[in-house]
Amino acid sequence: MRGLPLAIGLLAAATPAQAHLMNSGFGPFYDGLAHPLLSPEDLLPALAVILLAGLGGARQGRCVLATLPLAWLAGMAGGWAIGLPGAPAWLIAVATAAIGALVASDVRLPLPLVVAIATALGALHGYDNGRDLAATTGALVAILGIACSLFAITSLVAGQVTVLKAPWARLAVRIGGSWIAAVGLLMFGWSMRAGL
Amino acid sequence: MTNGATKPGSSRIAALLPMLLLIWSTRAHAHILSGDAAGGFVSGFEHPISGLDHMVAMVSVGLWGAQLGAPAIWALPVTFPIVMAFGGMLGLMGVPLPGTEIGIALSAIGLGAVVATEARPPLIFAALLVGFFAIFHGHAHGTELPPDENGVLYSIGFVVATGLLHLTGIGIGLIHRWKAGEVALRLGGAGVAATGCFFLWDALT
Repeated sequence: MRGLPLAIGLLAAATPAQAHLMNSGFGPFYDGLAHPLLSPEDLLPALAVILLAGLGGARQGRCVLATLPLAWLAGMAGGWAIGLPGAPAWLIAVATAAIGALVASDVRLPLPLVVAIATALGALHGYDNGRDLAATTGALVAILGIACSLFAITSLVAGQVTVLKAPWARLAVRIGGSWIAAVGLLMFGWSMRAGL
Repeated sequence: MTNGATKPGSSRIAALLPMLLLIWSTRAHAHILSGDAAGGFVSGFEHPISGLDHMVAMVSVGLWGAQLGAPAIWALPVTFPIVMAFGGMLGLMGVPLPGTEIGIALSAIGLGAVVATEARPPLIFAALLVGFFAIFHGHAHGTELPPDENGVLYSIGFVVATGLLHLTGIGIGLIHRWKAGEVALRLGGAGVAATGCFFLWDALT
């Protein structure tokens, strides 16, 4: 019986998510640039990874700055080209909760693990973005815009977090991580409820 | 770090930017998109602050944390949102939890009582007590969620409002450093417990 909600949730998640690219009026590249900032379901997991890398130090921040946007870009290209259903909503929610919890607990993770988390999340989430955008005009340009936007967000946020030395400032980042984890848990419950 | 000489003031302000960005981006989203999205964030944000029984219990967590000092003052606001969201998740998934309203009223009595008596149990017991109550609070929010809201924005509003209530409690609790503030906090705790008794009476009758 315990597996039942999970199975139903999987089924529900297989229905296509809506493409929700905002029309900024400046063209698809700028729509793509604006997209991560305007859709919290994309921004939150990305922020969690960025905060995690930032707390891990400058080296981890630099590595994630390279891997997260590139993995996202590769995922989007894959989603755009393949078009099969991607990661279900509950999996994204679980990933968000787990990465947020890592930020909240402030554990020191080895660099390869952080890079692997950034790559996996970027590819999974990017795939969904790319697939959703495939039907819109100028999808490839929009995809480039999203990747550029992620690069900018990563460099700004990770850069600021790596220079934090004061205990209270690190604590603020950890509280932010716990809030992201909490939203992820609620999203998981939400995806389960949507299936019932 | 090559830029280790950065002025502490500017890096502190900069540290707040991601958080502000997070909050304001959802606001902007809400305004540009249709009214449904705006309703998601606002109704999520309003939910924890709309019920007095919830509100006094959340603020009490912050008050108690401030009384206990480090490490509880930061351990409670880091762990509480996660535990509460776990309760909310159970509520969303339809997992039944009996006596939610009674549990919430008892939480106000219990948290008010520990603030009034300045109880100092080991951190693990404090965390367990707060976590136990947090599940009731989260569950109540989870089951009361309106079905047609934007889930992400609702969740963000809900978590941010809860977190701000804790921070409010911690902020008020900083008066603990003065003798008069210590007494005022204990009186406040007694007031919270009394409010909890009222809600318990309400839930039982």
